[in-house]
Amino acid sequence: MTSAPLDPQSWQYRQINARAPGLGYLSNALTSLVEAGHPVMAGTADLQYSNGLVRFAERHPERFVQFGISEQNMVSAAAGMAAAGAMPFVATFASFLALLCCEQIRTDIAYSALPVRLIGHHAGIALGFYGTSHHATEDLAIMRSIADLTVVAPADGPQLAAAIRASADHPRPIYFRIGRGQEPNVYAEDAPFSFGKAIVHAEGSDIVLIACGTLVHPARAALQSLRAAGIDAGLIDMPTIKPLDEEAILAAAGRARIVLTLEEHNILGGLGGAVAEVMAESGARARLVRHGIRDEYSLIAPPTHLYRHYRLDADGIEAVAREALNRLS
Amino acid sequence: MTAPLRTAADPSSAGKLVPTAAEIARLRERARFVRLETLRLIQIAKVGHYTSVFSCAEIFAVLYYDAMRLKRGEPAWPDRDRFLMGKGHAAVGLYPLLADWDFFGKDLLDGYTRLGNPLGDHPDMRKVPGVDFSSGSIGHALSGGIGMALAGRLLKRDFDVYVLLGDGEMQEGQVWEAALSAAHHRIGNLIAIVDRNGYQLDGNVDDIIGVEPLAGKWRAFGWDVHEVDGHDAAALAGLLRRLKADRNRDRPVCVIARTVKGKGVSYMETEPGWHLGYLSPDDEARAAEEIARGDA
Repeated sequence: MTSAPLDPQSWQYRQINARAPGLGYLSNALTSLVEAGHPVMAGTADLQYSNGLVRFAERHPERFVQFGISEQNMVSAAAGMAAAGAMPFVATFASFLALLCCEQIRTDIAYSALPVRLIGHHAGIALGFYGTSHHATEDLAIMRSIADLTVVAPADGPQLAAAIRASADHPRPIYFRIGRGQEPNVYAEDAPFSFGKAIVHAEGSDIVLIACGTLVHPARAALQSLRAAGIDAGLIDMPTIKPLDEEAILAAAGRARIVLTLEEHNILGGLGGAVAEVMAESGARARLVRHGIRDEYSLIAPPTHLYRHYRLDADGIEAVAREALNRLS
Repeated sequence: MTAPLRTAADPSSAGKLVPTAAEIARLRERARFVRLETLRLIQIAKVGHYTSVFSCAEIFAVLYYDAMRLKRGEPAWPDRDRFLMGKGHAAVGLYPLLADWDFFGKDLLDGYTRLGNPLGDHPDMRKVPGVDFSSGSIGHALSGGIGMALAGRLLKRDFDVYVLLGDGEMQEGQVWEAALSAAHHRIGNLIAIVDRNGYQLDGNVDDIIGVEPLAGKWRAFGWDVHEVDGHDAAALAGLLRRLKADRNRDRPVCVIARTVKGKGVSYMETEPGWHLGYLSPDDEARAAEEIARGDA
């Protein structure tokens, strides 16, 4: 059968995702671990084009396991892989990983402290109009409450790659929360990363933004606008939600009047909740403002429209920061 | 990852596929040991799953004293065969075997379930040497076994992975995800044993949510299915030896072990309520006497 060439505006899923540069970081980082001699195994649940693991699968077919649409089976199997001495990475949408597989993560992996690396991608509201079933605005809160599980929300591909490389020496299970691979980069390709360490972009005496994951990039743009307007604003990237860099939080809260947490997540239980716990127990003098999804199910829309609506883009973050400062003055 | 696992023939099992009378007597004695130790340990906890262990006592005995490749005192030996329990609540019957293999000191058994002791109703691999996978939430273990078998394939270790499943566990959806997955990936070094004792906590499995035709289901999922009397140590050992000797297996194996819940203690065999319970010292003595003189 012959068919006319498709119009250039047409596209199909596999081809577009195979080209997306942001989806290369995961596979490339795993390959670097393989080349360093680590017993890496990777698995996904019918999402190899969404998370880009198809590239890893092509390079290392003997190390890749396609589990099909059986996420719980995949997560428990990853526990078995780690128990037998392999270094498994399993990836699926954050909503399915953290919610559907929560018990397998807790009981099979974290309870036994097995060094499985869980990759929850398309976290937050990145899946836009695919709807609430595909959104993950609870995953940080759920994963953070699981003992012995490290929780990391890298800001971009380079930081994800650095965190994956650093995970080779990390003896515990890790939940990586990442976006959809289309986020602009914050960091250069050789981004440094240490588990449990915040990255201070700027200190500030008026307001300090503490952001994680996909919100670091717009927070940085908001920071520049605030500073250009004469506001002494700071920014901390908090890629490790657990264990939390309490020292960095307390230093910021001791210097600034306002700490503003930013996350593509419910304001309950995630980064904002974690920072609130630290500040409340320390008696820090700064006022805390949590910004994110305010305990509701997101509307559906294209992601950029949602980020604007929920004020999770640079303009929105800047506005939230100004409102917080105005309330205090 | 679809190539079947192929390894050299295991010389230790070649040529003696039928257990001798002495070996069978030894396995029966070990099954009695499992039951008697279970009575003793549950007396410490004052509550436990007697009948869940009694139905699989011969399975435990055959696995740990005939089928599995283990090294005394080396619970972390990388080439050991693995054992996972979907029915983790039968761990009280496993602990005495692990202690008998010198994976931990026998004195630990005396503090079963007491504060600070690692031995609980469900097995914890982080705390108990010789436990290959933590369990307690029914339905996860077969998946865990798949992961171990796949890792073994990558790491070029030819161990077998045995997974003991309850028949009530067949009601868990994840079991069938795993069943599909293991057949698809041709995991020939995975052997699931279903303890088909007929009962679960709330009653007869077939009254709660029926699981038959069980053999047909596993066959339809692409498994090599064998049915056996789960209290016939000779039949069970012979079957597992034949499976072990065949190093060209390219399908996962399901052994459906027809068993009696509470086997070995007459008043437990007829009363499903004993899934969880406690025996006073007098009744424990009666049970021990029945077990000691029984053929089971």
